[in-house]
Amino acid sequence: MDLLNLGIKSIFIENMVFAYFLGMCSFLAVSKKVSTAFGLGLAVVFVLGMTVPINWLLNEYVLKEGALSWLGADFASIDLTFLRFIMFIAIIAAMVQLVEMTIEKFSPSLYGSLGIFLPLIAVNCAILGSSLFMAQRDYTLGEATVFGFSSGIGFFLAIVALAAIREKLKYSHVPDPLKGLGITMFITGLMGLAFMSFMGISL
Amino acid sequence: MSTETLETPVVKDKEALLSKRRKKFVTDPLSDDNPITIQVLGICSALAVTTQMKPTLVMAISVTLVLVFSNLIISLMRNAIPARVRIIVQLAVVATLVTLVNEVLKAYAYDMYKELSVFIGLIITNCIVMGRLEAFALGNKPYDSVLDGLGSGLGYSWIILTVAFFREIWGSGKVFGYPVFEAMGIENFATNGLMVSPVGAFIVIGFIIWVQRSKSGYIEH
Repeated sequence: MDLLNLGIKSIFIENMVFAYFLGMCSFLAVSKKVSTAFGLGLAVVFVLGMTVPINWLLNEYVLKEGALSWLGADFASIDLTFLRFIMFIAIIAAMVQLVEMTIEKFSPSLYGSLGIFLPLIAVNCAILGSSLFMAQRDYTLGEATVFGFSSGIGFFLAIVALAAIREKLKYSHVPDPLKGLGITMFITGLMGLAFMSFMGISL
Repeated sequence: MSTETLETPVVKDKEALLSKRRKKFVTDPLSDDNPITIQVLGICSALAVTTQMKPTLVMAISVTLVLVFSNLIISLMRNAIPARVRIIVQLAVVATLVTLVNEVLKAYAYDMYKELSVFIGLIITNCIVMGRLEAFALGNKPYDSVLDGLGSGLGYSWIILTVAFFREIWGSGKVFGYPVFEAMGIENFATNGLMVSPVGAFIVIGFIIWVQRSKSGYIEH
């Protein structure tokens, strides 16, 4: 039950995009068409769902203070927390590469639609951000997995919704300097306002 | 800012000083080619830390430092990096620099470190850093790259400081934590809670883009 609550919380209430501004770069750049936004969203769900649990294992058994105690008593006092950034980003880059190769091998059609977005994901702040939040909040393995997946779904929902709005927006008359990024910022703000209505729901 | 002291030794040992071409590297990103408002890079951190001026200033300095040094290092290594693994190499260099910044903050400014929390780590995935490395440092000389990094860093800094200024003054009636309105004798200044929330950031940055683009005449199609 707690896991379900955590899932709903990270999809709606603490949405990666609207509450923490993570993944904004690709959120703004790849939201011009619904179909491409759909592809990127799926890829993010996929990669987030895999990297957060793996980084949890890495953090729990290698990086945390005292995490190396399974190697013997001598290692119990080692604290490798400062290596967190570099290890997490290495895992993410490697996972993205792995996912790309796996998809290419087993499902060429999916690769065709996702392929170009996968390298982009390695530098998506939402991915690294989720891993860092996971480490900071001391989740268990189950919680970390749910958190990863539902953060991905939150991002997916947000980017598809924005792309749909932007497609409609093509037919409206927007002042010249506001075209593109400017109006998208205002729309994102209004969407964030809508998502704020989920706040205060205690599960 | 600390970036000035940083630049001087580099200027000395190069015989060509600030030529017109090199000046453009620094001035272009300030307005005509601003990383945030024109290139749409590095928005994540620009929005997340800007509720107050102080953390924003720390963030601006950190990003500028990381940009300058990663540009320098990658530019020095540019002929030794195989094209296939360049992303990993860039990430490793940036991650190392960010770890350094993080450790320094943890040691000397623990409050700031707590307040910025994961957002220091997220400089690694700040698109401005990766973007400049890809677009500039991989194909240019070290000194030019340093100037380019400095320019982009300053362009980023002034935008996020402006956003932070408006968000802090409307959201909590303060500038750098100093209560301006009370000092001016205005009691009971009604603060706008929306400015402190994420929504305020989007709106403020939307307005900045509007003003800046209508001045420069840049139109996106």
